[in-house]
Amino acid sequence: MLKDITLGQYFPGNTIIHRLDPRAKLLIVFVYIVALFLCKWLISYAIAFAFLTAAIILSRIRLKALFKGLKPLLIIIIFTALINLFYSDGRVLVEFWIFHITYEGIWNAFFLVLRIMLLVTGTFLLTYTTSPIALTDGLESLLSPLKKLHFPVHELAMMMSIALRFIPTLIEETDKIISAQKARGADFETGNLFRRAKALIPILVPLFVSAFRRADELATAMECRCYHGGAGRTKMKVLVFRMRDVISLLIVAALLAGIIVLRHFGL
Amino acid sequence: MTHAVIADNVHFSYTSQTENVPIPVFDGLNLTVEEGSFVAVLGRNGCGKSTLAKHLNAIVLPEGGSVRVFGMDTTDEQQLLDIRRTVGMVFQNPDNQMVANVVEEDVAFAPENLGVPSAEIRKRVDDALKAVGMYEYRTHAPHLLSGGQKQRIAIAGVIAMQPRCIVLDEPTAMLDPHGREEVLRTIEDLNKNHGITVILITHHMTEAIRADRVLVMEKGNIIADGTPKEVFPQVELLKQAGLDVPVTTQLLFELNKSGCNLPLDALSTEECAQALYDLLKA
Repeated sequence: MLKDITLGQYFPGNTIIHRLDPRAKLLIVFVYIVALFLCKWLISYAIAFAFLTAAIILSRIRLKALFKGLKPLLIIIIFTALINLFYSDGRVLVEFWIFHITYEGIWNAFFLVLRIMLLVTGTFLLTYTTSPIALTDGLESLLSPLKKLHFPVHELAMMMSIALRFIPTLIEETDKIISAQKARGADFETGNLFRRAKALIPILVPLFVSAFRRADELATAMECRCYHGGAGRTKMKVLVFRMRDVISLLIVAALLAGIIVLRHFGL
Repeated sequence: MTHAVIADNVHFSYTSQTENVPIPVFDGLNLTVEEGSFVAVLGRNGCGKSTLAKHLNAIVLPEGGSVRVFGMDTTDEQQLLDIRRTVGMVFQNPDNQMVANVVEEDVAFAPENLGVPSAEIRKRVDDALKAVGMYEYRTHAPHLLSGGQKQRIAIAGVIAMQPRCIVLDEPTAMLDPHGREEVLRTIEDLNKNHGITVILITHHMTEAIRADRVLVMEKGNIIADGTPKEVFPQVELLKQAGLDVPVTTQLLFELNKSGCNLPLDALSTEECAQALYDLLKA
């Protein structure tokens, strides 16, 4: 039942999007998100939409996978759309009881939904086309200037990759604990919300105990393999910034510049 | 011949969690292991096997006496990385010793820590994976592999440090018979063909038979030490230490009790069959 969590899922492939340097991809997504928040009117959104569509086509990620990622956010999307629909001031189009829908409200709701969907799909495209290891390596490399300020960049990246490594292990373990507790007559399916939440305790307690035990053993195993922090560490796979990374960064920079210009004209 | 391990009069005790009294584990333990040998360590739970293993690469330091591995004193902090690189350690649960979610990245972990140049790491990782027969799985995710395969990856992760000795703490305890055989063959290959000293802690007599030397521990002491053929015939002593003897020895021992005169050192099934054949023929 827990196996279909798509968190941090990666679809291996060999397209140009897959081959881009993870640092370039992280920067592109960051710039893209900034650009999304600067979009003002239809033309800007259309450009942002076209950019993402091009990236999706190049990555050969199936649309179904992307929609699957959006599904859990459906409630949030509908909720924000409704709030914007009913709580925007402006020219009133429809009015009933305490609600009123305005012309601006319709546009606001539409743009907000579009913005959330583009944002989420864009970041999903990043995790779908970049292996978790490449992602943490990229993040570590991008944040490495912060090391001078004594920010624990290496430790953070290490924690991230270990967390990703243990997600499947802990999911498997949770499944086992659930079965074990069911075998002893635990009931997770009936009762009100409060009762069901309470039924989670016999799952969480053994899960935490086991996670701590695992952490302890892993720490010893890491020490045995000469782990002593980030100092003096080398990498098997060194990240290389290539021409394609530079070009793709230039393209996204042009996108940002274009949207800023359009913003000035209120488009 | 050089000594891989020299433990001299080691004292060590744990502090119990419930009462604040030290519980002694070792009270003057002495042990020498020759380089290139394959030593199996037997003993019931709590006899100090795992604590001994942890002494060998400075995870635990002796409170009295000394432990020297390949001439390095484990209390010497300057040589800590050298000690851990020379004596690799593999643990029971393969899941809890994997750091990365790609096989080759996990094997690369130790050489990366040691600051080995990238090209050299690549070579070491490939060599280590080939040595354990897992090269074709290098881009797989570890959680999709079988227990025996995961344990071989863990061994590869240690070999990538190019150690002279590997200590395995019950590496087969969580594996099925098939996985156990895979791991044992890998260990034997490393010992015979790569000259790596192997110290194997185990509960399985069938594994201990394959070693050059067997140590039996009881309450922090070594109560028997010798080749499998020397140790296993001491059936009474082993039973007293809470251990089983190999089924072959058990059979011959029971027959001897009822008046036969069979050799107890016929450890393999073939030898045992031969001994019985000779008896029936005579």
